[in-house]
Amino acid sequence: MSTLETASEAPRPSLPDLFTGFLKIGLMGFGGVGPVARHIIVAERNWLDDRAYAELMGICQALPGANTVNAAVMLGDRFRGGTGALTCVFALMAMPLLCLVALANGYDAVSGHPLAQIALTGAAASAAGLILGTALRLLTKAGLARWAWLMAAAAFVAVGLLRLPMLPTLLVLVPLGLVAATLGARRI
Amino acid sequence: MERSVFFQLVVTFGTISLMAIGGANAVVPEIHRQVVDILGWMDAPTFARLFAIAQTAPGPNIMLGSIIGWHVAGVAGLLVATIALLLPSCLLALASSRGLQRYGGSRTVRIVTLALVPIALGLMLASGVVATLAADAGIVGYAITAATALVTYRSKVNPLVPMAIGTLAYVLAWSVGIA
Repeated sequence: MSTLETASEAPRPSLPDLFTGFLKIGLMGFGGVGPVARHIIVAERNWLDDRAYAELMGICQALPGANTVNAAVMLGDRFRGGTGALTCVFALMAMPLLCLVALANGYDAVSGHPLAQIALTGAAASAAGLILGTALRLLTKAGLARWAWLMAAAAFVAVGLLRLPMLPTLLVLVPLGLVAATLGARRI
Repeated sequence: MERSVFFQLVVTFGTISLMAIGGANAVVPEIHRQVVDILGWMDAPTFARLFAIAQTAPGPNIMLGSIIGWHVAGVAGLLVATIALLLPSCLLALASSRGLQRYGGSRTVRIVTLALVPIALGLMLASGVVATLAADAGIVGYAITAATALVTYRSKVNPLVPMAIGTLAYVLAWSVGIA
């Protein structure tokens, strides 16, 4: 397993360290794991400094999949190779999945009850609002260039309004975005 | 029959894994299209409710796939869907991590990020719209969606708070007969 010398004076975390760290991230991330992940990786465990963490998150954003899962893979691999990556992902997912099974069983138990259905319908309406609000906040704060607004609009219209399949949409938009980003980056 | 459900879970979520730019919040419309429109595993309101449950649980938001797996095939379905969603993107992350360590490529990362962020945000907005329509909660439901969106847009409060308030408001509206 290849491991890189991390340019840090701190010793490489052991597998149990990684396991408990990511177990905690998974368990504490009610309503989003992002802030908890930073707190544990940077402040509590000192695995990375702020700059290295920002760099790691930058890479995670450029990859498909949940950012925290990608961070778990990359940190695990960097410190302890493939076994480390597997350990971190398993630790991250274990408790949330158990919680989900408990919630799902609870749902099963009450799903015949009209009040439960009403409550879940209300929860569904709120959950939709959460995504809308988050998307709007990120869109206004991202400082997008004009071409980037066009890309965002195209993705929204194609998938959200026209309900086009996602794969062909991405096969068109991603190359266009890469070209635009390359041209845009050249000017900086 | 059972076997084909697992096969479908692997194919559907294995593909979606590599399309989830910015995480699962980008692929809600595609998951909806697959499991409601194409595979017919559930109706839109059920999809919206499972989505709400997945949002309530701690952990990464890709667990929408896990709970759909659970809905169609129990605990085995949950595990199969979760692994199908995780494995392709994790292998890509592993390969990218090692490639970047060996060959560098911070400029490539910067350009890919620049290209993907706007697409991911447009898709997240699309996810919000699809989830709103799937919830199918009437005028009161739309009002709650709009209020939750506004609160989330304006403040950084833990999402579970507006979600709990929205749920309570809907139950209250229903109990007085306006929802």
